[in-house]
Amino acid sequence: MSATTAAPVWTKMRPKQGALSRLFDWKPFLAFVCLLPAVGLLMTFLTYPLGLGIWLAFTDTTIGREGIWVGLENFIWLMDDPIFWSAVFYSVFYTGVATIGKFALGLWLALLLNQHVPFKSMLRAIILLPWIVPTVLSAIAFWWIYDPQFSIISYVLVDALGWRDTNVDFINTAWPARWSLIAANIWRGIPFVAITLLAGLQTIPPSLYEAALLDGASGWQRFRHITFPMLLPILAIVMTFSIIFTFTDFQLVYAITRGGPVNSTHLLATLAFQRGIQGGQLGEGAAIAVSMIPFLVFATLFSYYGLARRKWQQGEGND
Amino acid sequence: MATVSVRQALKSFGTTRILHGVDVEIADGEFVVLVGPSGCGKSTLLRMIAGLENISGGEIAIDGRVVNNVPPKDRDIAMVFQNYALYPHMTVRQNMAFSMKLAKAPPAIMEEEVQRAAKILGLDALLDRYPRQLSGGQRQRVAMGRAIVRHPQVFLFDEPLSNLDAKLRVQMRSEIRELQQRLGTTTIYVTHDQIEAMTMADQIVVMNGGRIEQAGAPLALYDKPANLFVAGFIGSPAMNLLPGKVTPEGFRLEGGALLPLPPGAPANAATYGIRPEHMSLAEDGVEGIIVLVEPTGSETQVTMRLGETVVTGAFRERVQGRPGATLRVMPDLSLVHLFGPDGGRLPS
Ligand SMILES: Nc1ncnc2c1ncn2[C@@H]1O[C@H](COP(=O)(O)OP(=O)(O)OP(=O)(O)O)[C@@H](O)[C@H]1O
Ligand SMILES: [Mg+2]
Repeated sequence: MSATTAAPVWTKMRPKQGALSRLFDWKPFLAFVCLLPAVGLLMTFLTYPLGLGIWLAFTDTTIGREGIWVGLENFIWLMDDPIFWSAVFYSVFYTGVATIGKFALGLWLALLLNQHVPFKSMLRAIILLPWIVPTVLSAIAFWWIYDPQFSIISYVLVDALGWRDTNVDFINTAWPARWSLIAANIWRGIPFVAITLLAGLQTIPPSLYEAALLDGASGWQRFRHITFPMLLPILAIVMTFSIIFTFTDFQLVYAITRGGPVNSTHLLATLAFQRGIQGGQLGEGAAIAVSMIPFLVFATLFSYYGLARRKWQQGEGND
Repeated sequence: MATVSVRQALKSFGTTRILHGVDVEIADGEFVVLVGPSGCGKSTLLRMIAGLENISGGEIAIDGRVVNNVPPKDRDIAMVFQNYALYPHMTVRQNMAFSMKLAKAPPAIMEEEVQRAAKILGLDALLDRYPRQLSGGQRQRVAMGRAIVRHPQVFLFDEPLSNLDAKLRVQMRSEIRELQQRLGTTTIYVTHDQIEAMTMADQIVVMNGGRIEQAGAPLALYDKPANLFVAGFIGSPAMNLLPGKVTPEGFRLEGGALLPLPPGAPANAATYGIRPEHMSLAEDGVEGIIVLVEPTGSETQVTMRLGETVVTGAFRERVQGRPGATLRVMPDLSLVHLFGPDGGRLPS
């Protein structure tokens, strides 16, 4: 009974908005409030350490002593430091060779897994393993594999098969050590590349391959003219990430060789750690770390232009 | 240009048999349309002819050569896919020239072929666009262009018009037919639109459940459907198929009404078939009660009840009756189709 009288009142009453609710309806304020947590986190955990690192690079701070501004002195000092240049060289070399290796093998694996192979899902799971294992753990495994005395590879080659007389030199001299670290990095990086490229492969419509088949394309031609161009956008993203991760790598090298023998396998990250934390020269360590920035910016620009949506991906006809 | 013969073709996916022994003979230069309800195996048969699916049994011959084990690229067949399958990263020009590029054709010849096909299809102005920048009808034409430049022995089309709007579909329908007549290439065209089938085909092959129900010229199928399935599938609005039995007075429908039989009608007829357009209003006809009147302008479709049986009629006259009113209709006795208990057509 009361419902019949209440009904018209309900429709007439428009709730009056309080000041607070009107404030939240105001777009700029709402945007500000919503962005606040993200911006706060970024400021605290990204911008602040980055800014601090860059600032340190221009001071002569050591552990236990507040530094003073020294301008470019750290960098000028590094210019004349052969170990720094050797780390720059090895960082670039390590990144270049490991990236090529990871992508060649990862793409090959992805193509293989995209075929109808038996035990496909099990194979995929196995391939992910190197990535799931914590880096330090796999680094320690490699440390053992590369050990001058107890290397399993040496054991197989020398004792089991008798193909060699002496143990293999993995990490005792400069070049073998460099290649060994690259091999470990490739092993670790393949899963990421293979799985992401496999996801990319699976987005290519099968009818394109059928059309190409009828157009007379051989297996290689289908890869060259269909698979590769269609995969390129994803390839570029994955490669950018991979280059950044590889260039800034620390764990593998630190765990296996600590930059040795005789500083021959230092990456910029391990050198920065050695100088800044272990050596206590925070300013100099920071300067080494900061010197990575141009390389990373270059990698990012590479992705920016490599990834720029290609014309064929655009919807509208702005030709 | 070539003949295509499919003999006793079988197809299974795993243990499920999809095609149960299909026979089709296609003459050189013929336009054959495969029709049938969804899932009956039309695309599968087409893909078997193209070589995209293997053949589980029987054989397929192109121009007299058995191709069961010939890979697709050596069959010299071009196919237009339902989704067109244009290469998204290539321009229209590159899409059309792709097969020639693979065959290492000289650039001058490639360009000439592309230009010629573009002219035929009205794509001249679009050659440098990417597929994304084209409308559905334009993409459809590019897909056809890609097929034309190859001068294949056989064209295959898998429902190429199903993504287009009604008007464009009618237009493309006549364009495809005209093009095929100009080029004279043997063509197999899949659709489940029976109007497309009727208007385009030299020969229609009606499939159902992995079997061929009937194959023949469009009007032959319309005039003499071999069985109930074809009778119901070909023609729009669909033929009235009325179960009942033959009595001395005429054909007694299950719903109780009595329809006149043509002289000499076989006594074992179990279904009385009459197309809506073959009924006329007549004072001495069978009495029916109007259920629904649908004027289309050129004719009026009337759904009515004869006894308990619902029947559709299509009349040239403008029927004014309202639902519930009565009218009298008369089937054209020379155009009545009678079917036996097994669903097969009975000779009359
Ligand atoms: N790869 C496959 N594996 C298993 N079954 C399949 C496969 N492809 C098709 N089929 C089955 O084969 C039957 C015929 O499929 P087909 O695609 O030939 O039908 P269609 O006549 O083209 O239908 P539509 O008109 O819907 O395109 C369907 O029942 C379908 O489920
Ligand atoms: Mg189909």
